[in-house]
Amino acid sequence: MVFRLEPRSGVPTYLQLVHQVEHALRLGYLIHGDQLPRVKDVVASLSINPNTVLKAYRDLEQKGLTIGRPGQGTFIAASPETVGLEQLTSLRRSLASGWLKEAAAAGLDEQGTIALFMAALRDFHDRPVESRPARRDGRQRRVGAA
Amino acid sequence: MNVVETSRLAKRYRRTWALRDCNLAVPAGRIVALVGPNGAGKTTLLHCAVGLCTATNGTITVLGDLAAGSLEALERVAFVAQDAPLYKYLSVRSMVAVTRNLNSRFDQAQAEERLRGLEIPPDRKVGKLSGGQQAQLALTLALARGPDLLVLDEPLARLDPLARHDFMALVMAAVAASGFSVIFSSHVVSELERFADYLIVLANGRVQMVGDIDDLLTSHKVLSGPAKESDLVGEQFTVVQTRKATRHAELLVRTTTGESQLPGGWESEDVSLEELVLAYLRDPSASMLPGPLAPDELEVGEVAR
Repeated sequence: MVFRLEPRSGVPTYLQLVHQVEHALRLGYLIHGDQLPRVKDVVASLSINPNTVLKAYRDLEQKGLTIGRPGQGTFIAASPETVGLEQLTSLRRSLASGWLKEAAAAGLDEQGTIALFMAALRDFHDRPVESRPARRDGRQRRVGAA
Repeated sequence: MNVVETSRLAKRYRRTWALRDCNLAVPAGRIVALVGPNGAGKTTLLHCAVGLCTATNGTITVLGDLAAGSLEALERVAFVAQDAPLYKYLSVRSMVAVTRNLNSRFDQAQAEERLRGLEIPPDRKVGKLSGGQQAQLALTLALARGPDLLVLDEPLARLDPLARHDFMALVMAAVAASGFSVIFSSHVVSELERFADYLIVLANGRVQMVGDIDDLLTSHKVLSGPAKESDLVGEQFTVVQTRKATRHAELLVRTTTGESQLPGGWESEDVSLEELVLAYLRDPSASMLPGPLAPDELEVGEVAR
């Protein structure tokens, strides 16, 4: 797990750390039992306030995603339901060789593609619940004991 | 315990007041940024805290109730001055030896290990080190004294971005390991949020704003809406700054109640730390001490948490 900060994003530093752990969990870079970097290592590599890192780790613990073992460190306690790497790869391939290709052929530029995709995504999530599969939010589901 | 506490602290140099009526109570375990324009009194305040100057009026104590500059206080407070003063013609090794001999508490092994980690050659003359390395050496010497409070005057001003990152990483890692409090002054506002969690803003020798950075950010909002209603909306809040165009107005306000009911067409947005600091600095009359404290409660020196 490697953290990075975007000072211009406007998102508070501790939330950036939380989001990055959640993202890594979703993509399967972090799994149950993995240890998060120690506070002093994060602090030294990013040169940020130790309290910020502690706050992020506390937040993750409250969400049930990690568990702190005194004297040892912080460990991943749960994984949100993840999509496997293989499945992700095939989804990505189908997006690139299918829809993205069509969009490019129709003359849509990058910004237009993004806008159209985001609009479609919003519509998709706004549909009534029964007409689409359950959202993979994952926060509720826990593997392992917290 | 408060690491620094002042009551009506004032300092005069001949006819100019460098500090006036300064009431502060800085809680322990924080990384405090002291911010203000040049000549605001930052260095004077820090010098008073480490005992390099005596107050004209009022009192200042450190680490609980130790008088600033007293022997007990000097033992536990480390200070790195603005230009990281070192003996330029000594080798790094001799510089460490000198500092050890001048202090009753000094962890030489720790200093040497840190210098090895920083790859600063012990035989090099101090004056031949780069600016960044000189700053790191001064910091290493200060840290080896095992302080409970580390005071840094403009530590970042002379450093390039990489050296700045390395310097603060060294400070932050030491804080993570030993848990001491830090006060550093700076006139660069943009990078503060990364390092500090507590803020003191000085202007013209007075405290303009003080508090926990998260609290300060949540208690201020930017409201924007039609200009003709701005006075009406402004009455509901403490307005720090107003900016008006022909039809559009933007108010930076302090709210005690959180979200209030805004008339239609008005939007409330979060404020960035930089925006907030600049707003308070731009308008000296906006001087107020946000947070749950009323100014008269501050005199007692307690921080409500």
